[in-house]
Amino acid sequence: MTDLAQLLVAGISTGCVYALVALGFVLIYKATETVNFAQGDLMMLGAFFALTSSTVFGWPYWATIVFAAAVMAVVGMTVERIVIRPVLGHPAFTVVMITIGVGYVMRGIVTMVPGWGTETYQIPTPFAEAVWTAGGVVLPVQQLAVIAMTAALCAVLYVFFRFTRIGIAMQATSQNQLAAYYMGIPVRRVNMMIWGLSAAVAAFAGILLAPVTFVHSNMGFIGLKAFPAAVVGGFGSVPGAIVGGLIIGVVEALAGYYLPEGFKDVAAYVVVLLVLMLRPSGLFGETMRKKV
Amino acid sequence: MRFIFKTSYAQDLRLFQHGGQVFWYGLLLAALFSAPAWAGEYLMTQLVFVAIYSLVGFGLMMLTGFTGQVSLGHAAFLAVGAYTEAILAARGVPIFVSIPAAAALAAAVGVVVGLPALRLKGIYLAIATLAFNVIVEEIAARWESVTNGNAGMPVAPVTLFGHELEPDRGFYYLCLLLAVAACLACINLLRSPTGRAFVAIRDSEVSASCMGVNLAMYKTISFAFSAALTGVAGALYAHKVGFISPEQFSLLVSIELITIVILGGVGFLHGAVLGAAFVIVLPQAIAVAKDFLPPTMAPSGLQAVVFGIVLILVIIFEPMGLYGRWLKIRTWFELFPFYRRGMFRRQRTYTKTERLR
Repeated sequence: MTDLAQLLVAGISTGCVYALVALGFVLIYKATETVNFAQGDLMMLGAFFALTSSTVFGWPYWATIVFAAAVMAVVGMTVERIVIRPVLGHPAFTVVMITIGVGYVMRGIVTMVPGWGTETYQIPTPFAEAVWTAGGVVLPVQQLAVIAMTAALCAVLYVFFRFTRIGIAMQATSQNQLAAYYMGIPVRRVNMMIWGLSAAVAAFAGILLAPVTFVHSNMGFIGLKAFPAAVVGGFGSVPGAIVGGLIIGVVEALAGYYLPEGFKDVAAYVVVLLVLMLRPSGLFGETMRKKV
Repeated sequence: MRFIFKTSYAQDLRLFQHGGQVFWYGLLLAALFSAPAWAGEYLMTQLVFVAIYSLVGFGLMMLTGFTGQVSLGHAAFLAVGAYTEAILAARGVPIFVSIPAAAALAAAVGVVVGLPALRLKGIYLAIATLAFNVIVEEIAARWESVTNGNAGMPVAPVTLFGHELEPDRGFYYLCLLLAVAACLACINLLRSPTGRAFVAIRDSEVSASCMGVNLAMYKTISFAFSAALTGVAGALYAHKVGFISPEQFSLLVSIELITIVILGGVGFLHGAVLGAAFVIVLPQAIAVAKDFLPPTMAPSGLQAVVFGIVLILVIIFEPMGLYGRWLKIRTWFELFPFYRRGMFRRQRTYTKTERLR
């Protein structure tokens, strides 16, 4: 029983990271119909910026989060402006390939920057080794902090999308670009902001992931596990991405404990294949029929 | 300027449209078949790899370029072919049996993967094949009694009638023959009703099914054919490299394989060969260029950066790929001085095709 509780907490905390990366996918997908394969690499880049601000500049943890998110927002907007906007309207897979190219470039650049390179680093966190014990269940504060911070971010995003002018404009753009355009929303600029927001969320995810996998140039491959999360939740649904991420995280943790070795790594993909076969639109996906 | 007067329908279906094509393709074939006489050892190795990658390119081109089904899991078919060949070759099975066996097994796996493809489209299919790739890689790593796990397994050189094939003569001819045969098979398939059905599915599934194309059957055929070609390529790859392990068939390889198609030009068989050559040549060119760069630039990431930038630039400025660029150059000369810039402009769609299913 205590094992199960600990596994659940561990799974949920990993799932939170998947959920945040999946959230980035979904935001961009809803707005621009583009699946961003570079989301994991945006996360990696964000983690490296956080690393620089905390070790080189010596800033406190909270400042590094804000710094990394802000820098990544600019990076995300730049990427959208330079490479995504020229190919908008091209076949979907072409745009996917371009994001794969962006991922390659980011991974390559990180290994070329002095002080980053191919080594593995650690970002110091205020809740490093502490544990809480409650009724025999040992819970690392690290994991609880990840969960709490993800919840806080989700609350902030909810408020942002529900009550701010930009957030509502973003929702409108993702529902129907043409209608949004007629209502006077500058769709292109909003799309750029969505890329910025998504990259900032990715940076946040990278910082949360840093204590688990450490910071290195290939940490972005964990973004590939966020695809299953996004698909399980239904690719076009923001709450779906969060739930999907948590499901994948928990399934992975349970598979790692109860099933033979090797199942942990493929659990997410087995789940996504099952979901795609049984319910291709995901748990929360909207289905629309094409009328000819 | 050449005018082709078509006087019968059979003329439309000919393998070569006019004498010029016969001449140039004949010249290319002659050059390739005489390659061991004039090319050095290094160049021969590269040619073998280009032939192997072209095989994969043909397979992917049939699936992605002509049927419109995206696959991010072709490294898995490559793995199936490579492991089948390695295991059969170790038992002393001759290549007449083992290569068809590799193709057949890969095709069978392709049918299994194709099944979800009947319900999935676009990015969902890409993710399903991606998931399949990861699972196959993990199976190859864990099924130690058969695949020898992460330690990898050596592959014996090809033997034919008890003689070992020389790596840059006999084996080269084997790869070349198979690649040319695959190319002819693709051309013939595309001229047949099956190929027309593929193209119809790519252009619009709804209208294809209205015209009586059995979507499920043709998508499955396309997956099986594509996987079979990739399986053959995997078998040759295993012999060429001489040692296979699961990480040679990771997702990154799948992405590299799909870039063959994208860089070469989606929807042209020529593109598969050009893309394969490009993917083989680029790392070598970068390795050469590295010698001229100051050593302070960490070279490990350079290849990824150049590869990514090339991919981005090609997609933005030349969406039809390398073959598309050649087509434009050729048209410019053929029509001189009447070429106009908008001739190849692709229409943007701006449709929400993915969400409407």
